[in-house]
Amino acid sequence: MDMVAGKIRTTQQSVDTAMNPLDALERPIRLTARDVTVHYGAKQALFGISIDIPDRAVTSFIGPSGCGKSTFLRCINRMNDTIEGAKVGGTIKLDGEDIYDPSLDVVELRARIGMVFQKPNPFPKSIYDNVAYGPRIHGLASSKADLDEIVVSSLRKAGLFEEVKDRLNEPGTGLSGGQQQRLCIARAIAVGPEVILMDEPCSALDPIATAVIEELIDELRENYTIVIVTHSMQQAARVSQKTAFFHLGNLIEEGPTEQIFTNPVNKQTQDYIMGRIG
Amino acid sequence: MATDTLSTVEASTERTRKIRASLRRRHLSEAIFRALGLAAIIVALGFVALLFIDVFRKGIPAFVQSNLHLSVTFSPEVIDVGPAPALADFPSQAEYQAASLAWQRQVAMLNWNQIIEASLREAAPEGFEIDSRQILSIPETNARHQVREMFVANPSLLGQTVNVDVLASANADNWIKGNINRDLGDAQQQLSPPARTLIDAFVDNGTITSGFAWSILTNVDSRSAPAAAGLLGAFVGTLYMMLIVIVLAVPIGVAAAIYLEEFAPKSRLTDLIEVNINNLAAVPSIVFGLLGAAVFINWMHLPISAPLVGGLVLTLMTLPTIIIATRGALLGVSPALRQAALGMGASKTQMVFHHVLPVTFPSILTATILGVAHALGETAPLLLIGMKAFVASVPATPLDQATALPVQIYLWQGNENRNFFEPRTAAAIMVLLAVMILLNGVAIYLRSRLEKRS
Repeated sequence: MDMVAGKIRTTQQSVDTAMNPLDALERPIRLTARDVTVHYGAKQALFGISIDIPDRAVTSFIGPSGCGKSTFLRCINRMNDTIEGAKVGGTIKLDGEDIYDPSLDVVELRARIGMVFQKPNPFPKSIYDNVAYGPRIHGLASSKADLDEIVVSSLRKAGLFEEVKDRLNEPGTGLSGGQQQRLCIARAIAVGPEVILMDEPCSALDPIATAVIEELIDELRENYTIVIVTHSMQQAARVSQKTAFFHLGNLIEEGPTEQIFTNPVNKQTQDYIMGRIG
Repeated sequence: MATDTLSTVEASTERTRKIRASLRRRHLSEAIFRALGLAAIIVALGFVALLFIDVFRKGIPAFVQSNLHLSVTFSPEVIDVGPAPALADFPSQAEYQAASLAWQRQVAMLNWNQIIEASLREAAPEGFEIDSRQILSIPETNARHQVREMFVANPSLLGQTVNVDVLASANADNWIKGNINRDLGDAQQQLSPPARTLIDAFVDNGTITSGFAWSILTNVDSRSAPAAAGLLGAFVGTLYMMLIVIVLAVPIGVAAAIYLEEFAPKSRLTDLIEVNINNLAAVPSIVFGLLGAAVFINWMHLPISAPLVGGLVLTLMTLPTIIIATRGALLGVSPALRQAALGMGASKTQMVFHHVLPVTFPSILTATILGVAHALGETAPLLLIGMKAFVASVPATPLDQATALPVQIYLWQGNENRNFFEPRTAAAIMVLLAVMILLNGVAIYLRSRLEKRS
């Protein structure tokens, strides 16, 4: 347990130094959402969400269960398209380009906006094939050596290479939960996305694996725009530079993480941070 | 304080007592359920065992058949034909063939029974009195064709004596095996008294011995020579149909299931299609036979009794089963895998073919093989498209007339020579069961192998 605490503390410190509110907000805006609504059939799940996501920073969505934070995350790479009866309104722009434009290919969009899911979901294939899958379908590798290079560097970036370098041909499903989640991150990185969406990536993991993933997220921030949904306020505080609080399908408050956690403007945010709703 | 503790203790013992009482009830109901389940399995297995014992008890004797070992003399007095035409003597191939056919016709007209009879009399004890008709009831009627074909194939046999094994007739076989009560009077026996005595003498002197009945496996059906009747024609007919079912039903069924499950928009129309597919699976198979007769034979003018038509009908019958089983397997794939693939930017087709299908492949395969095995045993629809016709040849193509294993069983079971054909029917059932067990075995093997790999 001590070790876990220690790890978390180090993560905390590294985040603290980076957690200058201006740092997040001065960055250029990568994603802009305006008046995003989502209906599941007759039921409205999101009510006019507008938010800017800064480049190369971690933005976290927090809020009680069913508040719409995951629903909004899934709008960003159009995973809601796969849900029967889901209707998305409003606009979401990636670098000024509307991602719901009918002429935009959703396959290309998902290559630019990768996603890591709540439960680690590696393909029932080898570790190598898991990471190589994205580059293969998108035609990113020109040769076998090229592909090897992508796989190794992706596994390295995900901090998994040293642990699996001797068993790349073993099934990815045989790894531990935390390793599986890092494999999923490596798999997402391999395509070279600009944005990585993470939907409660640590909720199925133990504290040690969680600490490792959090450290990884902090490292990845240098190269990727990361949006993370979390039910853990501590996690949001540790890893993110910008935080948005959702409640009952509304975006209640957004701002630099430090400000949200120390000096929230809205009463509901305050209550949630203090643990009075949730 | 003390009374409090006391009442707490009392309450806890009371609770424990209640829990124990309910536990006893629970254990009892569990024991009853287990006993019922076990009984159900024992009853089911008992019936299967009964079926197998009955089929094997009847069928195994049919695999043993009586053979006559004769030394046949190709006597020139009987075989009164000129030498076989030789190709060298004729200016053209056509003329040679005409002459050869004429010679073969001449050969066919000869009294080959006389030759068989002579060899039988030679094997009989000296001075045994029996007339021609009676003695010729001992070998199967195809013996004369067998000897004739030997001569046609090798005319130099003229004047020679060679050992030939011919099948004993069905009646003789029945007599030897005791399928007919030996104590019955002459009027109720199939064979005359001298023939019966002679058969017993043949068994004693080793002219008749019993051996494995290859005829069941290597011969086609026969009515004039029941002892020579075999399953080869029906087996090949069944084989053609299975191939057609596998080639047509599997790809169409799996493709339809994938489309309906993964791509088709959910609408009234697809709901209607789904309901209809489920209903089709429950349609009596004989209705598919009627459909086949109306569509493939009356409208498309495909040949009657052909394995092609049978295969098409069985394909129609198997399709719903394969579609339902495949959809079930696809439905069982976890959404996490689909999300993982889509989240990586895989297209829907890539998601299906790279991830969903490989995971479901073992179950699809098993369902398919079981569906095909089911079609293999189907009889009713085949009766309606003419596949119950008596066919005494091996079909060379799926367009030739043929019958199928289950239909052959049906035909033999209805044969008037019951004493002989009841065991034959059981033997045919054993062959059909063997083919089915083989198919199911392949399914189990492939499934376990594929599951191990993934």
